[in-house]
Amino acid sequence: MSFSWAAPYEPTSAPMRWLDQRLPIPRLVWGSVGGGYPVPKNLNYAWNFGALAGVALTIQIVTGIILARHYAAYSPEAFQSVEHIMRDVRGGWMFRYMHANGASFFFIVVYLHIFRGLYYGSYKPPRELVWMMGVVVLLLMMATAFMGYVLPWGQMSFWGATVITNLFSAVPLVGEELHTWLLGGFSPDNPTLNRFFSLHYLLPFVTLGVVVLKIWALHIPGSSNPLGVDVKGPQDTLPFHPYFTAKDAFSLGLYLLLFSIVVFFAPNMFGEVDNYIQANPLATPAHIVPEWYLLPFYAILKSFTVDFLFIPAKLWGVLAMFGSIVLLFFLPWLDKSPVHSNKFRPLNRAFFWILLVDIFVLGVCGGHAEEPYIRIGQFASAWYFLHFLVIVPIVSSIETPEPMPRSIGEAIFKGREAIASIAGAGRGPALATPGLANPGLAPAE
Amino acid sequence: MVRIVGFLAGCLFVIVLLFAAFQSRDASAPLPHGIEPMKTDWAFTSGLGVLGKYDNRQLQRGFQVYKEVCSACHSMKRVAIRDLQEIGFSAAEVKAIAKGYDVPSINPDTGEVATRKGLPSDYFPGPYANEVAARAANNNALPPDMSLLAKAREGGPNYIWSLVGHGYDEKARPKGVETPEGLYFNKYYANLNIAMPPPIAAEGQVEYADGTKATVDQMARDVSAFLMWTAEPKLVDRRETGVAAVLFLTVLTGLLWFTYKKVWKDVKKPPADPGLVPAE
Repeated sequence: MSFSWAAPYEPTSAPMRWLDQRLPIPRLVWGSVGGGYPVPKNLNYAWNFGALAGVALTIQIVTGIILARHYAAYSPEAFQSVEHIMRDVRGGWMFRYMHANGASFFFIVVYLHIFRGLYYGSYKPPRELVWMMGVVVLLLMMATAFMGYVLPWGQMSFWGATVITNLFSAVPLVGEELHTWLLGGFSPDNPTLNRFFSLHYLLPFVTLGVVVLKIWALHIPGSSNPLGVDVKGPQDTLPFHPYFTAKDAFSLGLYLLLFSIVVFFAPNMFGEVDNYIQANPLATPAHIVPEWYLLPFYAILKSFTVDFLFIPAKLWGVLAMFGSIVLLFFLPWLDKSPVHSNKFRPLNRAFFWILLVDIFVLGVCGGHAEEPYIRIGQFASAWYFLHFLVIVPIVSSIETPEPMPRSIGEAIFKGREAIASIAGAGRGPALATPGLANPGLAPAE
Repeated sequence: MVRIVGFLAGCLFVIVLLFAAFQSRDASAPLPHGIEPMKTDWAFTSGLGVLGKYDNRQLQRGFQVYKEVCSACHSMKRVAIRDLQEIGFSAAEVKAIAKGYDVPSINPDTGEVATRKGLPSDYFPGPYANEVAARAANNNALPPDMSLLAKAREGGPNYIWSLVGHGYDEKARPKGVETPEGLYFNKYYANLNIAMPPPIAAEGQVEYADGTKATVDQMARDVSAFLMWTAEPKLVDRRETGVAAVLFLTVLTGLLWFTYKKVWKDVKKPPADPGLVPAE
């Protein structure tokens, strides 16, 4: 398989030529993450989170496979088997802390990746499917993380599972039956734990499959860039390898450094103390809260406190919570502005930052069950829907974007020119002179 | 079409949320609640919690307090007797400690229920046969297992030390808080009334083998440090691995930075040929 725009692959060694003729894997690698993939040269660090998310997924899969060898998916034993991993398995504490904190780090980079996409309009044509598959990955991650959190069978595992699975009982007519069918019983118990373990092991590989499709779809138009201007020619790009492999490698070093600091010095930072108490169906914890990365959506769920239009509050909450993610699928059609980057959309940019604050407020409210957080959460939830479903479509229709550069090369050149003219006349004229200082470098076109 | 449906759905959600937000709600007075635990320095929190290690002598004293005081009511079932070697007891000492416990067994000849002398590989046997027995002996309250207590409570060892050593303080009783029969006022406990009677009541309750003066505060500190160890026995391993990992990654990341800068060295310069840029 090769990509239409990829630079032609020429094997440089006999083994590679032999392999490429029989199974064109060298060609695939060269064209997707090698020297054959042209990438806009103006990418900033916000474009590094995709690669980091891939690394995070890999870490989760590898540590997860190791943990599964020692874990017992049997409700009376599950909690003790986790403690066995922590106390008796060689390096077990490290793999468990890597896995538990790895989930948090995975969500951190994925959320940053999503915010990058929102800010720079990465969801716009021709990359709608890349964005939509990203939303699928987010949903898969949430399901996987939720089920993974249940596996240690601590108090928060059990009661989190109770609260979240209870949502399905809000479905009209068949809710109770659906709830019992999903749990394998009337409340979370061993059958629930078993199926959650099975799915928790399966879904990461489904995620991996969707990620492969997503990267494939991304490689058809190629990467977006901070200007949101199409690549006009080879002068706008650099080969992925070695330029972006070097940049990604550096950001990976930083990521692993931060990850290590948390894993080795604050491994319970993101956790809840209650989950170090074994599950007890007869003792409800004072506050049942999900992991931090689900809090904004949990806040939306809890914000629907009154029945309205014959629909019970619980069903409103469930619809809104799922709706808050499902609406992201439609974002490419909600935002009709042809301008990709918020760099040139002052009004939309302002609303983007308000949205970010709003999601943060929702996260804080999700962690509290008392006033005034409930009321603040209701306003913040309202703003979330208002933003995506009302403000974004209207702004994209009425906004006048700022003038844009016609190409990436032009923007880079203009930027340098401006800097040079500020710095003084010393270097300015040399840059601005449109003379052919070195005609030999001009691309033959 | 998408935008019309989205607009209508969005407005509907917003209306329902605003309707809910403007409902009046009862102003419920906050319930009386335990105060924040005191904070103190521990051997394992020194060096910003990066280099701190357990103080084995303190852990051994803490084990003595656990054994002579706490274990009367609290189990510690996830810790094995052999683990004591990690806090400085010799193999022979561990064997002797194990022998001091009777563990449930069966008679190898008849199959009848019996007990035998403990072995280092045994886990600490609990004081009660089961939960019913534990509740029956404790006014229907269940003494929690102590293996993970320091990680299962907000505040960890600070909380345990505050609660056990300084919490039974009648002078701190807020107005209007009454303690029902069979419970005890404790200013750090969540609802201020705890089922556990003051476990460490008087100075010298334990006679330390190493000659340390057994004040109430000292005993509370020692047992709290010990419980931190039972909850997180690999803490020192973890931090040592962490220091190595962080040092390695710092150097690696530095080298990767220079690699990145070297690879990109020629890119960031303005185009050598202005002709590359489309003329206005």
